[in-house]
Amino acid sequence: MDFNDTPEEAAFRAEARAWLDAHVERLGPDERAVGLAEGRTTPGGLKRAQEWQAKKADAGWACITWPKEYGGRGATAIQSVIWNQEESRYKTPANIFGIGQGMLGPTIMVHGTEEQKARYLRPMLRGEEIWCQLFSEPSAGSDLAGLRTSAVRDGDDWILNGQKIWTTGAQYCKWGMIVTRSDPTAEKHRGITYFIVDMQAPGIEIRPIKQINGTSGFNEVFFSDVRVPDRNRVGAVNEGWRGALTTLMNERHSIGSGAAGGPDFNDLVRLAKETEWDGHCALDDAGVRQRLAGFYIRLKGLQYTGYRTQTALSHGVTPGPESSIGKLVGAPLRQEMAGFAVEMQGSAGALMDATFAAQEGSWQQSYLSSPGLRLAGSTDEILRNIIAERVLGLPPEIRVDKGLPFKDVPTGPRNG
Amino acid sequence: MNFDFSDDQKLLRKTAREYLTEHAALSVCRAVLESDAAYSETLWKGIADLGWLGTTIPEAYGGAGFGHLELAVLAEELGRVLAPTPFSSSAYLAIEALVQFGSEAQKQQYLPRLARGDLIGTFAHAEKAGHQGPRGLATVFADGALRGTKVAVPDGDSAHFAVVTARDGDGVVTVLADLSGVGVERQTVRGVDGSRSVAVLHFDAARAQRLGQGNGWALATQLLDRAAVLMAFEQLGGASRAFELTREFCLERYAFGRPIASFQAIKHRLADLYVEIELARSNAYYGAWALSNDSPELGKAACGARASASDAFELASQEMIQLHGGVGYTWEFDCHLFYRRAKWLASILGSASQWRENLMQRLEG
Repeated sequence: MDFNDTPEEAAFRAEARAWLDAHVERLGPDERAVGLAEGRTTPGGLKRAQEWQAKKADAGWACITWPKEYGGRGATAIQSVIWNQEESRYKTPANIFGIGQGMLGPTIMVHGTEEQKARYLRPMLRGEEIWCQLFSEPSAGSDLAGLRTSAVRDGDDWILNGQKIWTTGAQYCKWGMIVTRSDPTAEKHRGITYFIVDMQAPGIEIRPIKQINGTSGFNEVFFSDVRVPDRNRVGAVNEGWRGALTTLMNERHSIGSGAAGGPDFNDLVRLAKETEWDGHCALDDAGVRQRLAGFYIRLKGLQYTGYRTQTALSHGVTPGPESSIGKLVGAPLRQEMAGFAVEMQGSAGALMDATFAAQEGSWQQSYLSSPGLRLAGSTDEILRNIIAERVLGLPPEIRVDKGLPFKDVPTGPRNG
Repeated sequence: MNFDFSDDQKLLRKTAREYLTEHAALSVCRAVLESDAAYSETLWKGIADLGWLGTTIPEAYGGAGFGHLELAVLAEELGRVLAPTPFSSSAYLAIEALVQFGSEAQKQQYLPRLARGDLIGTFAHAEKAGHQGPRGLATVFADGALRGTKVAVPDGDSAHFAVVTARDGDGVVTVLADLSGVGVERQTVRGVDGSRSVAVLHFDAARAQRLGQGNGWALATQLLDRAAVLMAFEQLGGASRAFELTREFCLERYAFGRPIASFQAIKHRLADLYVEIELARSNAYYGAWALSNDSPELGKAACGARASASDAFELASQEMIQLHGGVGYTWEFDCHLFYRRAKWLASILGSASQWRENLMQRLEG
């Protein structure tokens, strides 16, 4: 049992590190990588991200798991892990291209036409065109297949009407991939069509959504008679659910934490040390110590579970089901830690002013941001269903909408 | 990255499981619970004959000369069947103490017989309810004689000798005491898990010899760290088995026209339990790595392994009863075998809260 790279992995790691050393500054021991939110919202952040992406693309370090024909290197999953580990140690802009490159590009590779692959993949890889995912709707989140944005055929085009929600980056994206209701008389999974949509098309209105932490990372996107050419259809008519599943499957394929930013366990211990509880520091309190130890053990459990997943990848084996627990454990844990950090601060926990609040109010910020992680990219509850059904082989949920034409599926309480 | 057991170790797991499936059905555990026997002598002999006790004993002392990873694999398999034997006391505590800290003479004297299962050893440490610290040690070792009382000594009734912690002047020492010698009185006491035995040991000028050198508390701490990792694998085995049996029950038990495993509340509880066990497994693996590499990380790793395994097995055993419904509360069903064992293992070697406190001290250290 060891943590060593194989000789091939070590060579690959060395190659990655050598290139990074030559092109970007390494993070200092106390420095942290730029968070995703920062990367998207700081002025000039977008441009810096695109420049870095182009540089990587020119040297063959962009989207390394993509096939060579689309600009990647055909890298293995473990090589991707290694590259990400190495890159995270440098002062690079945040990767804001993850949605397109991680999920939508791979979808086009599987379900797209040759023309679509030729037109879209290379600019996506280079970061020249940024993509957003138009999936969720106000009435369709966990039940994505319950989506209602309509697509009606009109000659060589389709006319789209409806609304998408939680669309990250819509405001700066060139393209989006959208799942639509193309046949409301069919059962819900069978009347869905998938399209590539030009985010500058007439009829698209983008409205930022303000989150409880005050920022607006995502948007509502309204479609009013938006015209989409049929050549932008991905997959067959009414068979878009297949493509959507491919997209969703790729969403789950990230192991190890993407640096979510924000304060961490070491900050929490430091806070306990600096916070006074009636003449002694909070860190001396037995109850505080128990909670801190509990957090540490859970965080380490997650980290070591990541090692087990990485081991499987290194051996060319599909990672075991334990690789699905990361988000389900990590997201609530973040909220718990932030909540406890604020609790430790007593009355002053109510402050969030960077000057007066402990650690610049970072824990209060984290507390406000953390509920989102338990909801985005599969809610805690859906993750439990997935583990229960796909990992533990327990019976699926009873579906009352099974077999019904979509238009007949109940969508709200019955009146009268 | 090789954060996993090797193919050979996995093969050992397979053969161990086959043996225990045949020779250690849960009825074996139950038989010890329902009788006055301290352990299953048949199973003990079978395990000894397989050489499992010698896993970490060097060949020069009659062992197999394998290592801690192999012992961890065996620990988990024994944990799955709630093996009612003194294996943990001998292998994780007594043998470990002798291999790590024994003099040549002590190794020669004890290890070969421990390997064959002819001798059973244990560790006598806690003296009363609470978290045992150096200041609270009242047992005294002076002029080769031991005086004091130790409670909750695992297998204290069947063991032939014990590693004992005691005060020596201002310091702490660890000594080896022959439990059949003069001045040793043993009381077998009722434990929360009747399939494992605990005893109270009274030492009244009992002869004992020094084990190891230097700070005895540091030595005892190391011993506890090592045993904690190995015990975590037993706990993991028990938790996994409890989980598997519970899952099977929920799939077979019908209510309201469908398997209770199809109710979302139950699906989610089983998913949550699965997650806790996987986290504990990952922490245990790290402990195994640290132990087998003699890493300076061992202290922290042991704390994490023990605390999470204790919590996971306790949770699994509680959920097992609850998800079985009323029958889970009957003597006849096997749920309580896991419930008792989980609590017993979570107590012996010190509670999770004690190990969490240890962890904080190590992080600050």
